[in-house]
Amino acid sequence: MTTAPHSHSPNDHRTSSDFDTTESLARETTEGTVYNVTGGDWDEVAASAAKSDDERIIVNMGPQHPSTHGVLRLILEIDGETVTEARCGIGYLHTGIEKNLEYRTWTQGTTFVTRMDYLTPFFNETAYCLAVEKLLGITDDIPDRASVVRVMLMELNRLSSHLVCIATGGMELGATTIMIYGFRDRELILDIYELITGLRMNHAYIRPGGLAQDLPPGAVDQVRAFVKKMRKNLPEYDKLATGNPVFKGRMEGIGYLDLAGCMATGATGPIVRSAGLPHDLRKTQPYCGYEDYEFDIPTADTCDAYGRFLVRLEEMRQSLRIIEQCLDRLEPGPVMVADKKIAWPAQLALGPDGLGNSLDHIKKIMGTSMEALIHHFKLVTEGFRVPPGQAYAAVESPKGELGVHAVSDGGTRPYRVHFRDPSFTNLQAMAAMCEGGQVADVIVAVASIDPVMGGVDR
Amino acid sequence: MSEQKNPERPDDEPHGGNANDDAVPAQRDDTGEVIATRRGMFGANNGGDTSGYGGLVRTVRLPGATSRPYGGPGAPGAYGDFDEIADELEGALDEQGLVPENVIDKTVVDRGELTFHIEREYLPAVARILRDDPALRFELCTGVSGVHFPGDKGRELHAVYHLRSITHNRLIRLEVSAPDADPHIPSLVEVYPTNDWHERETYDFFGLVFDGHPALTRIMMPDDWQGFPQRKDYPLGGIPVEYKGAQIPAPDQRRSYS
Repeated sequence: MTTAPHSHSPNDHRTSSDFDTTESLARETTEGTVYNVTGGDWDEVAASAAKSDDERIIVNMGPQHPSTHGVLRLILEIDGETVTEARCGIGYLHTGIEKNLEYRTWTQGTTFVTRMDYLTPFFNETAYCLAVEKLLGITDDIPDRASVVRVMLMELNRLSSHLVCIATGGMELGATTIMIYGFRDRELILDIYELITGLRMNHAYIRPGGLAQDLPPGAVDQVRAFVKKMRKNLPEYDKLATGNPVFKGRMEGIGYLDLAGCMATGATGPIVRSAGLPHDLRKTQPYCGYEDYEFDIPTADTCDAYGRFLVRLEEMRQSLRIIEQCLDRLEPGPVMVADKKIAWPAQLALGPDGLGNSLDHIKKIMGTSMEALIHHFKLVTEGFRVPPGQAYAAVESPKGELGVHAVSDGGTRPYRVHFRDPSFTNLQAMAAMCEGGQVADVIVAVASIDPVMGGVDR
Repeated sequence: MSEQKNPERPDDEPHGGNANDDAVPAQRDDTGEVIATRRGMFGANNGGDTSGYGGLVRTVRLPGATSRPYGGPGAPGAYGDFDEIADELEGALDEQGLVPENVIDKTVVDRGELTFHIEREYLPAVARILRDDPALRFELCTGVSGVHFPGDKGRELHAVYHLRSITHNRLIRLEVSAPDADPHIPSLVEVYPTNDWHERETYDFFGLVFDGHPALTRIMMPDDWQGFPQRKDYPLGGIPVEYKGAQIPAPDQRRSYS
């Protein structure tokens, strides 16, 4: 962490003799004196700051700070304990995913987008696939079973994302118990992911046209058992946090952003719902058959971090309701569109050397059908063509509206894919939430936005 | 999708039966706007195309302008929501003394989505109308996405905005273009403050300069970065990788099929 007392004019430089006691920490620059603080004792910094007649200090919090959710850099101008100006420095985790997508096939794209917001992989995959399917014009052909499994995975994902938000948010307040609870329950969900997709994160399980493979045996039972267990565990968060005076004292009235502020800054998700607007794309613009599920959109009218916490908690209960309905709705059937020009010919199967094409399929294409072999090869290496045009698909991710703008030039690779990540947009509201408050409240406000830098920077 | 395409063809376009047409496979659909011309089949410019398809010439066409009625969700081919939005927008432009034909370059309805192509100098006025008019009320802008069409001469850089109306539960798209030589588009931060970071991102990746933006600086790439990485002429980078004794070229050096 570096701090620099702000200098108003170039003549404001102090000589290094002023800072004899802090020689090891202080460094003179054209911007003023810079202190490098990496934790530990602040007394020296405080003492030398007290000597200076300028009360304004710029604090660079992050990008390597445990409370900033990854590599987020907060640039705070503070006057005493008050934050007078707050800015974000982002881009430390930019990996060029959107550019990379343009050099792989449409199907390979899911492997990239799942890594964007790494806490909501299924939302990234679904949003991307919905956009590709819209471009292909096959939105109505997606098998029911695939849509139900998508919804089920997304709602499990909503739970795991909210659990991380509440857990890490609690930890940043010093509530380590809620952190332990949150990660304990998230682990149950990751076990389900692992059973269904083979991976705890970065699944690439949802593909344009459907799913990579069907649910494995035992998955439904495990999800049912999880719902039962989670119904028992969720009230523990209520007991721990809801109404807890310390917890409430830290969160109430903090990170205030009303509805006008949300609309101006483009904030969606729990932030806009904590401002009283029940805006949820699952209800207003249903996708994947959400119109057939029964669930409520929780709201709060407090516009603050505590309201967002309550909204997230209630959303987790609603997610459990949806997951139960998914399990009742699951009918046997295909999980990929019937069009053989889009669907990969083989269902994957687990062999002795890992996941791969099913042996039956390989036997067929190698032994009996040359055309099937050619077709398989072409589809996997070249991919399918997507008619030229553009499409926008949006899903309600745990953080807000996750939009995908996909452009095709008729080729087998995306011409351009843009992700409107809710973390990126919501993080803009940080300044509005934090300015005028205290430094300690910045942490609470940022935690209530729940930004994930993988999604912000992409 | 196809039933919403423009039924009118430009008169100067040859319609089959032409001697030239026999040499190349016919386009499945020759309506729309040509944005690029491709030669060969595998995207290889280094003599790697030994397939015999080297002489193939294809045009890339995006869906072209749609004629009335625009339809809307649940009303394809009839008067629907999209017509209502277009009527309200044109009416509001008239009220402000603007000629809708000068402001709206074309209107495209494709895949159930409505796109207004706006002349760039009118973008802030249109956005303000769309936000404030009680019959339109597009309160939420979901940011801007840049697209680079190097083959679309004179309008290489596109900026695409998606606007969501929570009041009326609608979504529309605005598209603005600028030439590579003069990559300027008016900023929408005054109307939609949320576009602050989105415009910085688009500037960072495409070099589109949003005039009137309060602080248009790079946001993702380092401040001293040279070039605009998501333009089509900017290489992906990467190095060849050895796999089982063979050199596998970097992704942007491999054969492609588009």
